[in-house]
Amino acid sequence: MKLNTFFYNFGQGLKNIWRNKLFSLASIATMTACIFLFGLFYSIGSNFKQMVRTAEEGVAITVFFDPGATQDQIDNIGNELSKRGEVKEYHFVSADEAWESFKTEYFKGKEELAEGFANDNPLANSANYEVYLNDISMQGELVTYLESLDGVREVKQSEVAADTLSDMNKLISVIFIGVIAILIAVAVFLISNTITVGISVRKEEIAIMKLIGAKDSFVRAPFIVEGVIIGFVGSVIPLVLLFFMYQTVIVYVAEKYNILNNFISFLPVGTIFHVLIPVSLLLGIGIGYVGSRLTIKKHLKV
Amino acid sequence: MIKLEHVSKTYQEGVPALDDVSINIEKGEFVFVMGKSGSGKSTLIKLLLKELNPTEGEIYISGKNLSKINHKNIPNFRRKIGVVFQNFRLLQDRNVYENVAFALKVVEAPTKEIKRKVPLMLSLVNLAAKYKSLPRQLSGGEQQRVAIARALVNEPDILLADEPTGNLDDTNAWEIMKLLEEINERGTTVVVVTHNTEIVRKMNKRVIYIKNGRVVTDGEWGDINEA
Repeated sequence: MKLNTFFYNFGQGLKNIWRNKLFSLASIATMTACIFLFGLFYSIGSNFKQMVRTAEEGVAITVFFDPGATQDQIDNIGNELSKRGEVKEYHFVSADEAWESFKTEYFKGKEELAEGFANDNPLANSANYEVYLNDISMQGELVTYLESLDGVREVKQSEVAADTLSDMNKLISVIFIGVIAILIAVAVFLISNTITVGISVRKEEIAIMKLIGAKDSFVRAPFIVEGVIIGFVGSVIPLVLLFFMYQTVIVYVAEKYNILNNFISFLPVGTIFHVLIPVSLLLGIGIGYVGSRLTIKKHLKV
Repeated sequence: MIKLEHVSKTYQEGVPALDDVSINIEKGEFVFVMGKSGSGKSTLIKLLLKELNPTEGEIYISGKNLSKINHKNIPNFRRKIGVVFQNFRLLQDRNVYENVAFALKVVEAPTKEIKRKVPLMLSLVNLAAKYKSLPRQLSGGEQQRVAIARALVNEPDILLADEPTGNLDDTNAWEIMKLLEEINERGTTVVVVTHNTEIVRKMNKRVIYIKNGRVVTDGEWGDINEA
């Protein structure tokens, strides 16, 4: 497209928006609402996922060895663990360390009771590998694998915790995708309506253009400009709103409910908006482009 | 230049608008197409602009078979044909200059060319002084002259005029006809659809008379009268 044609069509697109002020405003408002909700869900979802991830990181499985397991067998189990992609980290806990940890946890304040076991470690067979996972949904598979290895007596896992966290992750993803799909459909429908009004106002002009030799791309361009501008404006407004809202919420929660800081850690603004800005702009502009292109298509058959 | 071979056009309702029409119009000719309302004149114009496709038969323009032109190439084909309508079909929110320039912008002509050609065309149709006027500020005859300027600014080989004097009084109608004749004398093939017998008689050009979708006579005005 030539430069003067580009500017002409850009100007026509702006004129379209101005001519249908009310419909354009309605479309921008809807787009703003859609992208705002998207941003809100994304921010909440990302933070929630982060919390789940943190919780997941705290869930470990414990691999106990056969009483007669040789050091080679134990080392071999360690080697196998290091090869598994789902394993984030693992460390060896000796029987003495296990007993020390048990004492600290269960004999706190009554250390003298534990002294009775001073020379006889009751957890003599409790040397183990403590294994942490990248993805807790892989826990079952890893446990089955570990149980098949030589020298492994028992693998202890927290099935309930793993299942709950895994299900929660899935639920968040499903809700997120569902909401986004509905919002996109609504936005495309409304943009399409606005473009249809624009087309009906310019029906005669389009017909004349076609009869005097305008290419489809030339007829289409102002409407695509219109859709893209609506999409762009409709995504910039909610991004600005969300930016200030997010900052305010973080500061507010941190100051007013500092007791929650032990449980909730918000992702920094930069982390959220590093993804949210390009995705929202792409979504807004994309919806505007697709909505206007689909609508104008059926009016080009002159 | 324009050739129709056994062309028929039947709409979905089943009534034939054109029935086995064969016409040959040479380059540089001035031809009237006459007939009563519903005789098939407008269908003929639509077929020539490839707004419609014939049900049967072939149409050739400048040697090209229209049925072989795909959707993508229709714009290039239409740029060689200027078209004028009974109701002028000007853009009401744009002035005279912009209406004529519109035809050049649509074909993505450079700005320099637009600035050079539009004033020339407005001079040709004697509207240079009114270039800033909006269509509603012009008389019917002036509006039709703007429409003619718009149709000609891309220097088409053929000018199709569908009832160009239908909304005009006798004086304006005659002026428009003289303008079309002048354009024809400059080399453009002109096809005028009309039912204004007085003008056709005075112009004394070739006349194709269509009745119930069929060509009943093709010749000078006198031949029509005899028929």
